[in-house]
Amino acid sequence: MDDAILTNRYNMPDAKGRFGEFGGLYVPETLMPLVLELGEAWAQAKQDQAFWAEYLHLLKYFVGRPSPLYLAERLTEHFGGAKIYFKREELNHTGAHKINNCIGQILLARRMGRTRIIAETGAGQHGVASATVCAKFDLPCTVYMGALDVERQKPNVFRMQLMGTKVHPVTNGNGTLKDAMNEALRDWVTNVHDTYYMIGTAAGMHPYPEMVRDFQTIIGKETRQQILEAEGRLPDAVIACVGGGSNAIGMFHPFIDDESVKIVGVEAAGHGLDVYNGHAASLNGGRPGVLHGNRTYLLQDEDGQILEGHSISAGLDYPGIGPEHAHLFDTGRARYVYATDEEALEAFQLTSRLEGIIPALESSHAIARLGDLAKEIGKGGVIVLNLSGRGDKDIFTVAKALGQQMGNL
Amino acid sequence: MSVARIDARFAQLKAENRAAFVSYIMAGDPDLETSFDLLKGLVKAGADIIELGFPFSDPMAEGPIIQLAAERSLKNGTRMADVFALASRFREADAETPLILMGYMNPVENMGYPAFAEACAKAGVDGVIVVDCPPEEAERLIDALDAADVALIRLITPTSDDNRLKTLVKRTKGFVYYVSVAGVTGVKEADAEGISEAVAHVREVAKLPVVVGFGIKTPQRAAEVARIADGSVVGSVLVDAIAKSLLENSPSSTKVLETASLLAQAVRNARN
Repeated sequence: MDDAILTNRYNMPDAKGRFGEFGGLYVPETLMPLVLELGEAWAQAKQDQAFWAEYLHLLKYFVGRPSPLYLAERLTEHFGGAKIYFKREELNHTGAHKINNCIGQILLARRMGRTRIIAETGAGQHGVASATVCAKFDLPCTVYMGALDVERQKPNVFRMQLMGTKVHPVTNGNGTLKDAMNEALRDWVTNVHDTYYMIGTAAGMHPYPEMVRDFQTIIGKETRQQILEAEGRLPDAVIACVGGGSNAIGMFHPFIDDESVKIVGVEAAGHGLDVYNGHAASLNGGRPGVLHGNRTYLLQDEDGQILEGHSISAGLDYPGIGPEHAHLFDTGRARYVYATDEEALEAFQLTSRLEGIIPALESSHAIARLGDLAKEIGKGGVIVLNLSGRGDKDIFTVAKALGQQMGNL
Repeated sequence: MSVARIDARFAQLKAENRAAFVSYIMAGDPDLETSFDLLKGLVKAGADIIELGFPFSDPMAEGPIIQLAAERSLKNGTRMADVFALASRFREADAETPLILMGYMNPVENMGYPAFAEACAKAGVDGVIVVDCPPEEAERLIDALDAADVALIRLITPTSDDNRLKTLVKRTKGFVYYVSVAGVTGVKEADAEGISEAVAHVREVAKLPVVVGFGIKTPQRAAEVARIADGSVVGSVLVDAIAKSLLENSPSSTKVLETASLLAQAVRNARN
C-alpha cells in the first residue's frame, strides 16, 4: 500500500527546485552556500530509512498520529450533498498540522549540527510548533512574528514563551507574516554559521517547498488509507485552505495521480477579490513574480511592489503561495476557489454549533466552500476536508468580529 | 558605452593609483528631485562610481537604514519608470561616471528581462546588481543584459568558497562586489585586515576589479579598505544622513554631501 502511494508518476520539483515555471532559488549570495548545503543534507536524509523511522516514531508518540478521519454527519446533513469527512489535524499535539513539518525539520537541523533555530509565524501555530520541538530537543529558538499578529494571536505568543522561545515582534510593513519572514531571513543572513531556519510552509527557496511538502504528505497518505477503510474507495474530492499552502499540499500531493479525485484549494478573499489590497488570494487575485526565494503567484502592484493583502485569518494573510500550488493552478490539476472573511466567520460558527468542533479561522475558509462542493459532487459522493487546525486561538478575533465582548458573556 | 564606461573608470583609477569611492543612494529618497541633486553632488564630492538603489517593498538583505529609505521612496510614489528617468537625467549631465542600479528581483521580473535591460541601456545605466538573483537563476537575465551591453555585477560574500567563487564570476563584467560581512547592510562593521586575503583571492579568480562594501561607516575604515581593494562602497552612512536631515528638517543634500566628501577624501588619500 505504501509503495503505491510513494510512486507518484508526477515527479516535482526538478533538480533546480522548479515546479514547472515556479519555485527555484532566489536568495542573496550570503545564503546560497547554506541553502545548497541544506539541499544536500535534505537529499541525503530523505533517502535514509533511519531518519524516517525516527520521524514516524515521534509523530506517533509525541504528536499523536494518525489523526482520525471523522464523518461530519451533521454538516453532511446540513449541506444535503456528498458525505463529508474531516481529517482531524486539529487533534495533533499543539493543535494544527504545523507540527508534522517541525518534527521533520528539527531532526534535519540536528543532523546538520545546527545549534540555533529561527522561525517565522503568522497565526502563531508554526511558532508554537517550532517552540515545542525546540523545547523537546533543547535548542534555543527565536520566532519572528508580525506585531499585528502578536496582537491578534496573544494566546499563541504566551504558549511560545512558556516553552522558552523568544518571540520577536516585527513592526516593519504591516506587521504580518510577510514582514516576519523578511526579518527571519535577515537574521539568517547575519547568523549563517550556526542557525537553522525552520520555514513553516511549503514556500520559500528550494528545498523548502519540497521538504515541507514531504513532511506534510503524512496527512494525505493517512487519509488515503483511512478513506479506503471507511468507504472502500478513494474520495471524489479533497479540499483544504491555502495560505502558503502546507496543509493543502500535504493533503493533495498523494492524490495528484488519481485523476478521479478533484483537488480544491480555498484562498482567503478577505474583504472580497474586488477590493484592492483587501484580500490574500495570490492565485485568483495575483500574478507571477519573485519573493522570499521563489517564483510564484504574488499579490503585487503594477510596478512589482508586494502588496500586504488582508485576511481575518493571520495564517492565510500572506501575499504569496507555495510554488507547487502555482504549478497545480497553471496546469489545472487543482482548482482554487476563495472565501471571504465573512464566509469564514459563518463557517466557523456553523461547525462549532453542528459538529462540536471549533475550527481554526484558516480551516474555516475551506469549510465555507464545502456546501458548494458537496452539492457539486452530490449524494453518494465523498469529500475529505483537511481540518488543519483548531480555533481556540481565534476566539478573541471572532468575538471581536461578531461584536461580542468576552467580559460581557 | 556601458560596460566600457566601467572599464574606462577603473583604468583611469589604476593609472592614478587610487581606489574608487563608490557611493550608494536610494532613488526617490526622500524624493526624486533631491536624488538628482545628490547624484550630481556626489560626483562633485568625489564619487567615482554611483550605485542607485531602486526601491523594493521587501528588501530581505537590507538593514533598517536601507529598508527605511525604500519605504520613504515608495511612500513618495517612486516607480521604476521614475528611476530610469532619474538615471537618464544624470547621464545627460555626466557622461563618465559609471552608474549601477541595485535592487531586488521582482521589479525586474515584473518588467520582463529584455524590457528591463533595454531601459537600462537607454537610460545610460552601465551595470546592475540584483541582490536575490544568484547565478543559478540569472542566465536569461544575463542574456538580456548582454544584448544591451549592461553588466551584471555579482556580490561575493565571506560564505562563498572556491567552487562557489568560480560559479559566481562566470559571465560577470565590470567589477565584482565583495560583501565584507555576513549580514545585512549597514549593521556590522567591516574588519579591514581580515578581508585583505579574501579580496586578493577574489581578484585573482575574477580577473576583475574588486570593490568592498557592507559595513564601511567611517573615513578611516573607507581608507583602510581603499588600500587593499579597488574600491570602497559606502551606502548606509549616506542614507542615514538623509534620514537624520529629515528628522531635523534640514536640507538633505548638505549633510549627505559633507559626509560623502569626507569619505571621498579619505579614499583618495588612502594610498599616499
